[in-house]
Amino acid sequence: MEQLYKKEISLFKEKKDWFSFLALVGLIAVLPPFLSDRILTIFTMIGIAIVSVHGLNLLTGYCGQVSLGHVGFMAVGAYISAVLTSKSGLSFWIALPLAGLGAGVAGLIFGLPSLRIKGFYLIMSTVAAHFIVIWLVIQLHDITGGSDGLAVPKPKIGSLVFNTKAKYFYLVSFFAIISTIVAHNIARGRVGRAFIAIRDHEIAAEVMGINLWIYKLQAFFVGCVYAGVAGALLVHYFGFASVDQFPFIDSVWYLAMLIVGGMGSTFGAVVGAICLKLLDELVTIVGPILAKAFPAVAAQFAASLSLIVRGVIIAVFLIFEPRGLLHRWDLVKSYFRLWPFSTEETD
Amino acid sequence: MLFITTIYPSGMNLEGGIRLKVHDVSLSFGGVSALSDVDLILKDREILAVIGPNGAGKTALLNCISGFYKPWKGEIYFEGKKITKMRPDQIAKLGIARTFQNIGLYTGLTVFENVMAARHIYMSQNLITDAIFVGPAKSEELRHRGVVEEIIDFLELSPWRKKVVGSLPYGLRKRVELARALALEPRILLLDEPMAGMNLEEKEDIARFILEIFDGQGESYETHVLKDGIKSIILVEHDMGIVMDLAERIVVLDFGRKIAEGKPEEIRNDEKVIRAYLGED
Repeated sequence: MEQLYKKEISLFKEKKDWFSFLALVGLIAVLPPFLSDRILTIFTMIGIAIVSVHGLNLLTGYCGQVSLGHVGFMAVGAYISAVLTSKSGLSFWIALPLAGLGAGVAGLIFGLPSLRIKGFYLIMSTVAAHFIVIWLVIQLHDITGGSDGLAVPKPKIGSLVFNTKAKYFYLVSFFAIISTIVAHNIARGRVGRAFIAIRDHEIAAEVMGINLWIYKLQAFFVGCVYAGVAGALLVHYFGFASVDQFPFIDSVWYLAMLIVGGMGSTFGAVVGAICLKLLDELVTIVGPILAKAFPAVAAQFAASLSLIVRGVIIAVFLIFEPRGLLHRWDLVKSYFRLWPFSTEETD
Repeated sequence: MLFITTIYPSGMNLEGGIRLKVHDVSLSFGGVSALSDVDLILKDREILAVIGPNGAGKTALLNCISGFYKPWKGEIYFEGKKITKMRPDQIAKLGIARTFQNIGLYTGLTVFENVMAARHIYMSQNLITDAIFVGPAKSEELRHRGVVEEIIDFLELSPWRKKVVGSLPYGLRKRVELARALALEPRILLLDEPMAGMNLEEKEDIARFILEIFDGQGESYETHVLKDGIKSIILVEHDMGIVMDLAERIVVLDFGRKIAEGKPEEIRNDEKVIRAYLGED
């Protein structure tokens, strides 16, 4: 019995799970030398998006506190790390955890309204959080470089500097994998269940002994720690920090990743991040071709196509599969497991 | 096997055998009075039924006890301790569990996870130990799984344990809620219309479970709450037949006032109760 429980709650239930995990790590290790810089950049951006979207998933997907200030919290982490490494000369490896913590504390502060307000009003307060952060960055010109931006050194361990695309890809992959495992662990444990309880039925959760204050704030904290780390990874990749890297609209796209992948599922968040980032790339390939085909509207086309496609994708998912790709995949899997005996979808 | 400390069983030195005392409680929303001067005592070793027509204030009373509403007058004592001003989660930790009239399950979780979520107050993991998982979090998780499986087994929910609650039929959901309340291992259990909307067979099942929970199942279970039973239960119910069979004492509410209290046979013949239920002649 004990053994069965152990197996049921473990991350890798079967040998094949271990195998696919090791295969993934192997691929990440072996592939970069064969990939172009452009592909590596895409993969790196996907990795950073995965780290960030896990945070939003814990906050919004699991705990149900919708945040549109996620990119603002990324900016907090990014600037903490940028300032500490470039001005104070701290090592990246010390600055990064501090960036996570700083963003987490900022999340706590802006999470305080969640104890009193819900839904739409809470969303508005997180929107405010984003603009307050950006305003502060610009105002604190002497520290952050304001709208001029700030040069940021590349991370290094000893004499190994992460200065090429391939090296940085390894670094980001490391964080993406660790953050996925940690997010999964939090989600399946005591804290994760408390988050879901709050999301699904706040009143019942409280009556069942869950302290709403503590757990909502914890959700904001942990969600923003993820955002801070992702933000720091982003500016260290570019070697430059500027407010333009943190546009408000990106918060919406992070939510879109959750919708596409599946809210409240760790692997759904990964799938969503990958899909939306790849979709962007697809648009940049298809865009010029379409622009040639319709020269009359070519000028606006390239710029707006990405927005249009993403908007359509979000709408389509909300209408046809609000629970995301991962849920759809589970349905397909269970259909084929029972095939040819299953006649209808099972849940 | 199960090395889990629980708040169960209670300290036995209860004053006068009174587990819960609602004293002179009044509650109103705006100008509408939901409860006025309600007194109620729940003793050790009894099932107390609270009945009354729609809008009589039965659920409002339960909401006051579980800390969800704050009465503007009166006090509520649990085992001699004043709980009137406490938060719902603090009251839950003292040992009061309840079910909801309209089902308050976590619809996105499976049956098993719903019950497991109620073990929250007995677990001690935090963000950091949960994030690492290997070590204390894992062993604690395994220990509590034993309890949860026993409760699921007891309530005959095993076939659905991995089903998402949102996909289950109404009757089963009600039973899952009962399981979740049991997982708190409370000292008193508040049941808000556990049989509403059920057919006769399902009602009989729930009635049987309530009696079994009250009596305790002895050594065949390791979980305290199943072994020794919950010795104080408040049952809010519409179905008079079942109430008469289950409860030892009945309190009748009408328009927020207590209009009668006594043994089932006394209530059955009470003029005021008959008038409240059937209307004035």
